[in-house]
Amino acid sequence: MFTATPLNRRSYRNQSLAKAVFFLMTVVLVIPVLLIVGTLVVKGAPAISWEFLFTAPTDNMTAGGIFPALVGTIWLVVVALLASVPVGVAAALYLSEYAPDNLLTRTINLAIINLAGVPSIVHALFGFGAFVLFFRMGQSILAASLTLAIMTLPVVIVATRESLQAVPQAFREACWNMGATRWQTIRKVVLPNSISGILTGVILEVSRTAGETAPIMFTGAAMFVPFLPESVFDQTMAMSYHLYNVATQLTDVPEELTFGVALVLIAIVLMMNAVSIGFRVYLRGMKKW
Amino acid sequence: MDSGHNGDFAIETRGLNLWYGDFQALFDVDLGVKRGMITSMIGPSGCGKTTLLRTCNRIIERLGYVRTTGSVFVLGHDIFGDDVELVQVRKQIGMVFQRPNPLPISIRDNVLFGFKLHEARLRKVSAAEEDEVLESSLRQVLLWDTVKDRLDKPATGLSLEEQQKLCIARLLPVKPQVLLMDEPCSALDPAGTEAVEELIWRLRGEYTILIVTHNMAQARRASEECVFMLLGRIIEHGRTEELFLSPEHSETADYIEGRYG
Repeated sequence: MFTATPLNRRSYRNQSLAKAVFFLMTVVLVIPVLLIVGTLVVKGAPAISWEFLFTAPTDNMTAGGIFPALVGTIWLVVVALLASVPVGVAAALYLSEYAPDNLLTRTINLAIINLAGVPSIVHALFGFGAFVLFFRMGQSILAASLTLAIMTLPVVIVATRESLQAVPQAFREACWNMGATRWQTIRKVVLPNSISGILTGVILEVSRTAGETAPIMFTGAAMFVPFLPESVFDQTMAMSYHLYNVATQLTDVPEELTFGVALVLIAIVLMMNAVSIGFRVYLRGMKKW
Repeated sequence: MDSGHNGDFAIETRGLNLWYGDFQALFDVDLGVKRGMITSMIGPSGCGKTTLLRTCNRIIERLGYVRTTGSVFVLGHDIFGDDVELVQVRKQIGMVFQRPNPLPISIRDNVLFGFKLHEARLRKVSAAEEDEVLESSLRQVLLWDTVKDRLDKPATGLSLEEQQKLCIARLLPVKPQVLLMDEPCSALDPAGTEAVEELIWRLRGEYTILIVTHNMAQARRASEECVFMLLGRIIEHGRTEELFLSPEHSETADYIEGRYG
């Protein structure tokens, strides 16, 4: 009575097939990641040493280390964060907590989505025209960082808005009905409960900022600067642009050095992402609902 | 005071109409809620009772497409008047929701939230006074003995019944005169319902309570006056026992006998 009919068996076969196909696709997704990381580690690891990390390039960048590029990337990321986080978080707060649902708001939302879709080379040209030329910043950390900031602004806004909207509406209702203003509600309830998501967005932005090449090429990154930047008005070397140079623009660069640069760059990005995930797990554990 | 206002009423609406966009949800509602009493509102889903409740502290306006005509007097003052500050309205009129919504902070901070917002910003409040306010509020809602040893624990760890009591307790420190309750027991189990009903009953006299309920038995048990609404109009309003025993209108009779709704 309860034995399988041919129809059952056919359904079961189809189900197994579907499962196998989806599993295969998942594997296909993972393989490139493993290959990239594997290749980088195998070929780049021999180049990594304290000296590599903490000295400047020598011999026309065919030897020596990456210290100025490493420091330059940190400068670029920090200045970009200082510019984009306040603007992005404030904009997200407005859009999520204050903005009425009208044509203007919808237009702004559309603009944010479009800003996220603009290719980075277009951002680069915009940054060059606006910051380098029009605002006379010249090729500098400031110009490059502002370009990066504009490029990553949508990420900050979207991540912040999502984490704000993840705060249950009931909390806001509760506050409002005790006579709290919107700002008091935001400060005492909404922000404390969404800060983990906002930080995650910020850190993701950092990892993206660190890896971008195009936006900084015309706006502030230099192929070789023998000294470390002293202010935001200096040009600087950067990891991503340095990799582009040693890989494609220079001859006689030993392969292991190129892979070493790539390995350090991807390590920075992965570490940032790991920190971001760690943060999220930690703060979610502290969350009380 | 506004002219012609009846001092016996804590809430009085006159010719109140309300539209959600093009849909009219309230028709010419004239309601007088007597001071210090528990008044319940019953009626089938969609009859406008929650809308009416939410108009009494103007929280309904948060939906941008709501339009009202007519007037609502609370404690003798027109809450739609030009010089009305919504923060003051909401301070005087506490609201309890269907699902308990304690804030994700400690029990202590929940109870003192409104107090800190309104009182502690005007004058210096000592820690001793805060403790006093905390204890008296929690005692009024019969929660003090249960939570006194874990005041600094998150409020979200309490049972639903305790959470709902806490939600009532946190309204009390700012001394509201009116409490609006939107089906306060519908998320609770029978024991919790009984406990919260008992609490509401205890609070009458000191506060004017307007309570929306789906549960006719609850209206009967836990209110002194009862309002029956249907399709956005008030059909009948009277003393609870009279409304249930000898309703004047056939719609009321049919509803309380369970023929529809």
